[in-house]
Amino acid sequence: MNEGVHQIDDQGRLRHFLTIEGLGRDWLIRILDTAESFSGVAEQSIKKVPLLRGRTIVNLFFEPSTRTRTTFELAAKRLSADVLNINVSTSATTKGETLLDTLRNIEAMHVDMFVVRHADSGAAHFIARHVAPGISVINAGDGRHAHPTQALLDLFTIRRAKGDDFGRLRVAIVGDIEHSRVARAQIHALNSLNTGEIRVVAPRTLLPAAADSLGVHLFHDLNEGIRDADVIIMLRLQRERMQGALLPSEHEYFRLYGLTEERLRLARPDVVVMHPGPINRGVEMDSRVADGAHSLILQQVSHGIAVRMAVMSLAMQVAAPEAPV
Amino acid sequence: MNAVSHPDIERLLGRMAQDLRTLLDRRGIEAPLMVGIHTGGVWVAERLRRLLQPEPPLGTLDISFYRDDFTRLGLNPLVRPSQLPFAIDDRHILLVDDVLHTGRTVRAAMNELFDYGRPAAILLAVLVERSGRELPIEADVVGQRMDLGPHEHVKLSGPDPLALEIHCPT
Repeated sequence: MNEGVHQIDDQGRLRHFLTIEGLGRDWLIRILDTAESFSGVAEQSIKKVPLLRGRTIVNLFFEPSTRTRTTFELAAKRLSADVLNINVSTSATTKGETLLDTLRNIEAMHVDMFVVRHADSGAAHFIARHVAPGISVINAGDGRHAHPTQALLDLFTIRRAKGDDFGRLRVAIVGDIEHSRVARAQIHALNSLNTGEIRVVAPRTLLPAAADSLGVHLFHDLNEGIRDADVIIMLRLQRERMQGALLPSEHEYFRLYGLTEERLRLARPDVVVMHPGPINRGVEMDSRVADGAHSLILQQVSHGIAVRMAVMSLAMQVAAPEAPV
Repeated sequence: MNAVSHPDIERLLGRMAQDLRTLLDRRGIEAPLMVGIHTGGVWVAERLRRLLQPEPPLGTLDISFYRDDFTRLGLNPLVRPSQLPFAIDDRHILLVDDVLHTGRTVRAAMNELFDYGRPAAILLAVLVERSGRELPIEADVVGQRMDLGPHEHVKLSGPDPLALEIHCPT
């Protein structure tokens, strides 16, 4: 997936941000620390810093995602960049050609960064491989492959709640691992930070075949999987990406895998509950959990802006006109 | 390179506190909000605050996101969040830094302050005012003036003890 694309350039700077894989612990921590320093910007009466003034960032979305696009847009605006939102339909002509043509056209407008969202795995890498020198590419979700800024904001949220030492944490990721682009990135990121124990809790039909090789403990029973957990990450049921009868019914899913207040008592008393959103209430979790004292779901949204500001500003350091190509 | 360290920072700080008291009295300013610029400016501000007024708490600014050389130097790897634990609207701000050199740091700090509100006035106090200004910025209170060449550097180390070092190319 990574052939020909280097996220870090030969001067050790972030050129593209496509995947957590291969990024390494030091870069993850660098990004999280930078995000920490941006978290104060939202408290200013003018919620902006002039860091990326005069730069143009293009949100290139080949599939709709209001939440992700909004937070990327807000992050760019809080850095004082100019933002262009382009929604591209993938239905026209041959995909490869359309994509490159689209790319060349937007490049001709002298932009500095593409934030790419695409339904196909590897689309962001493809664009990074073909993009003009000096333009950075950020992956905002590609197919089932990766959604690295979501994984980072989850790490950021965990670190805020539980501190720096991931080694003492037991993290349970619950739900549709098979269709989730977040879960893979999360597992890589948690492994990079030496998380004490990573558990994956899912029905057999929603576990990828390669789940054994991810370095996690597998559970098929929710009660067992969340017992004594410090962090529970609930995944969204990706109904739109499912084909065939993988699940008996949503009601049945909730009965087996829905997080309720009663089940939450099996976890540590100070457990935190996360969800990438949007929540299917009464499917993945009960509303009382989603809106309850253990829930960090809305904090995740705020943290998402700080994390995206960090990734954008770090990647923009090489997009400067005098940067070597 | 040779380094010269300044013998008596305590005396400089004492004189700055005295000058500040006189200045604030003269201008009729009762409780200015003290804001230190990371990192050296925070150390100096903390010491001045102890000499002048214990309340309100100290504000701190990290001006990395307001620098004018981001495209040339990139992002400072160690940026701390700015903290202003008070509303600055219509208040008198006492901005504190360790060394006033080109004036670009103070320019960035003032830009950042205005993103938090509209202060009544900003005063500037620096431990060292050295030559080399590139912007029309002057300090209101100065601990020590130094006439240094473009290749000479003065640096404050700290926080305990504070020490000034002057590096000259030999």
